Amino acid sequence: MNSIEMILDELRFISAHPKQQLEQYLAAGKKVVGCLPYYCPEELVAAAGMVPFGLWGAEIQVSEAKRYFPPFICSLLQTTLELGLKGEFDRLTAVMIPLLCDSLKGMEANWRYGVKNVPVITVAQAQNRKMQAGLTFTISQYRKIKKQLEELSRRPITDQAIAEAVKSYNEQRRVMRKFLAAAGKHPELISFSDRNAVVKSSYFMDAAAHTVKVRELAELLEQAAESSWQGPKVVVSGITADYRGLIKIFNDCKLAVVDDQLTQGSLRFRLDVPLTADPLVGMAEQIGKIEGCPVLFDPGKQRGHMLIHLVKQSDAQGVIFVQTKFCDPEEFDYVPLKSMLEKEGIPSLLIEADKQAANYEQARTAVETFCEILS
Amino acid sequence: MAEVNKRDIKPAKIRLKEIADKATQDAWEAKNRGEKIGWCASNFPQEIPTTLGIHVVYPENQGAAIGAKGGGQRMCEYAEGLGYSSDICSYARINFAYTDLKECPELNIPQPDFLLCCNNICNCMLKWYENLAFQLDIPLLLIDIPRLDAYECDQDRIDYIRAQFDYCIGRLEEISGKKWDEDRFKEVMAISQRSSKAWLKAVDYMKYTPSPFSGFDIFNNMAVACVARGRLEGAEAFEQLAREYEENIKNGTSTFKVKEEYRVLFEGIACWAHLSYTFKTLRNFGINVTSTIYGPAFSFLYQNLDELMAAYAYVPNCNVFEREVELRVKDAIKNKVEGAIIHMNRSCKKWSGNLYELERQLREQAGIPAVMFDGDQSDPRVFSEAQYLTRVQGLVEIMAANKGQKEEQSCE
Repeated sequence: MNSIEMILDELRFISAHPKQQLEQYLAAGKKVVGCLPYYCPEELVAAAGMVPFGLWGAEIQVSEAKRYFPPFICSLLQTTLELGLKGEFDRLTAVMIPLLCDSLKGMEANWRYGVKNVPVITVAQAQNRKMQAGLTFTISQYRKIKKQLEELSRRPITDQAIAEAVKSYNEQRRVMRKFLAAAGKHPELISFSDRNAVVKSSYFMDAAAHTVKVRELAELLEQAAESSWQGPKVVVSGITADYRGLIKIFNDCKLAVVDDQLTQGSLRFRLDVPLTADPLVGMAEQIGKIEGCPVLFDPGKQRGHMLIHLVKQSDAQGVIFVQTKFCDPEEFDYVPLKSMLEKEGIPSLLIEADKQAANYEQARTAVETFCEILS
Repeated sequence: MAEVNKRDIKPAKIRLKEIADKATQDAWEAKNRGEKIGWCASNFPQEIPTTLGIHVVYPENQGAAIGAKGGGQRMCEYAEGLGYSSDICSYARINFAYTDLKECPELNIPQPDFLLCCNNICNCMLKWYENLAFQLDIPLLLIDIPRLDAYECDQDRIDYIRAQFDYCIGRLEEISGKKWDEDRFKEVMAISQRSSKAWLKAVDYMKYTPSPFSGFDIFNNMAVACVARGRLEGAEAFEQLAREYEENIKNGTSTFKVKEEYRVLFEGIACWAHLSYTFKTLRNFGINVTSTIYGPAFSFLYQNLDELMAAYAYVPNCNVFEREVELRVKDAIKNKVEGAIIHMNRSCKKWSGNLYELERQLREQAGIPAVMFDGDQSDPRVFSEAQYLTRVQGLVEIMAANKGQKEEQSCE
């Protein structure tokens, strides 16, 4: 086993066993705060001496959550709530629930009524995120969250602690950008499955510890001999592509994901938080600048322009939209984005995915056909 | 003389319909004169376009009208042909179809020069209007109202809404060439208050037993509360509506034409494509709707600018859940409802996302039985007559048993 394989193995394990990771934190006496999608201010949790822990659902079947959600709410939230209702998160100090889509707005009350012993911190961010008033609003909400975290951690959160957390997260972002770029150039070494594992493990690990592993991995990849990959190359776009059945198809088809525009993926790392005198200002500014995300207000459909740029920059031949079933922000975006790609002559494929899906055979046929078209 | 006048006055419901129709007609005329007109979200602060004298039309109302007139399925299927998922709100799908077709036999509205969006009711509005702005390449002005995180709207939200309110005024002045007039603004606010108070007064008469009107009337009349709340004729028509209901109470009459056997809360948007069936099924059992969220919550009461901003954060679906529950429970108790019929609206993830818990809270806090049915605001394919009928029958059985028990207890 070479070094790349050893690091990957560790991150693969963590990404596949978040519960074990959580148990370790709790056993070490750490307080852990669950962070639902999207853009929770994790730096504040870290600055409070607590551990932010990503809650993006799981590939399980839902039964208890059906008492709270109708079937047409996305499986990210259904399965997260299911785990909460079954007591899997009982030892979390709190969960952060943003309000960036309609289903999340419902999640907040359902969690409070269903999982009574894990308090909710509501995360409200401005959608008019580029205007000063929007920034001011987001800062005000972060201030409110900071106070709640201080109460939960029973210690003050200093600006210096936040600035340190920001620096640590920025370093993770920088290193992850390096890794993702290198991974895109070496599909023969980093499959989509591994790319996903490296990203996903970042949600379950301390930022600094994750950075150490990924830094080494990125350096090893940069030293690797130039790839002679001949297979199809694509950019993947959507909220998440963390679906085992689908990832297996990508691997089976020898499909290289040379870049991504996934909210759970590269969008988490693309922009640093600017270092500002009041660190909350920088954190709000970052949200104002993120592009390519279906749940952030995007009147000019910059997401489409960015996607075209990513395809051209990474020398990809096409785009695969991985659309999480019942995610209406993605469903709205798909039509204009598809037409933007068509105007550029970029082929695209839409695949619907679901955490509860047991069978992806239809997707397999579609991906296989798409690969044939691309090659 | 008085009798002649009485005969000449049109019933309020006719006046209200004419006002709604005229608002669309006015927008057409403005468009034909070369003025810039907009498409507007139903809960966008109407005080802004009304004060500026800018004409807007409401795609959500168009979606409801097309649904009610039988065009919902055709338009939804057309939008699905454009690539839109059937999971998306049917109002949005209908509007996307209309934007592409630019014509609809059920109801035409003029094409927009700008868009006024507000996401206080749902974030779906945000994506819907984003797509319109992109497709039509026209300005999109958003007033973002993040869902409340506490019972009261905080000052941070008020300040944020106020800043966006002011920004919108400036941008609309540039777009339309019209000037903001503070005196006119005060006048519009005063008229809007008058309309809101009259609307509240009218719907409050549902507390009488029997109710002086059929609850389904609200679904039709509320359109004006949306499109012409800031117009004097709107205020006057609502005042007339309240007077008519008072008259009904005095005379022991009602627009609900059969004996009111049961009184229920109806939760959710109407199934416009099945309005007649959903209404007649209830009527056949003598069930009148005497509580809907459109009663207490679709008014915008304020005394000053801060309260105006907050009023737009207190609309249904923007409140914290406890406030949503309280609005319904208070209204249900005041209006003496005996059961609840809950519409699990396939179009609306925000509204539907907490309905199971809402049902439990209604049972617990208002002490009423509740049934739920599947439907959609404007896509007729989701609704099943048989399911609706069975659920209503089930509710009637429980309400009848409860009535029997109460009667027995009162005899003991």
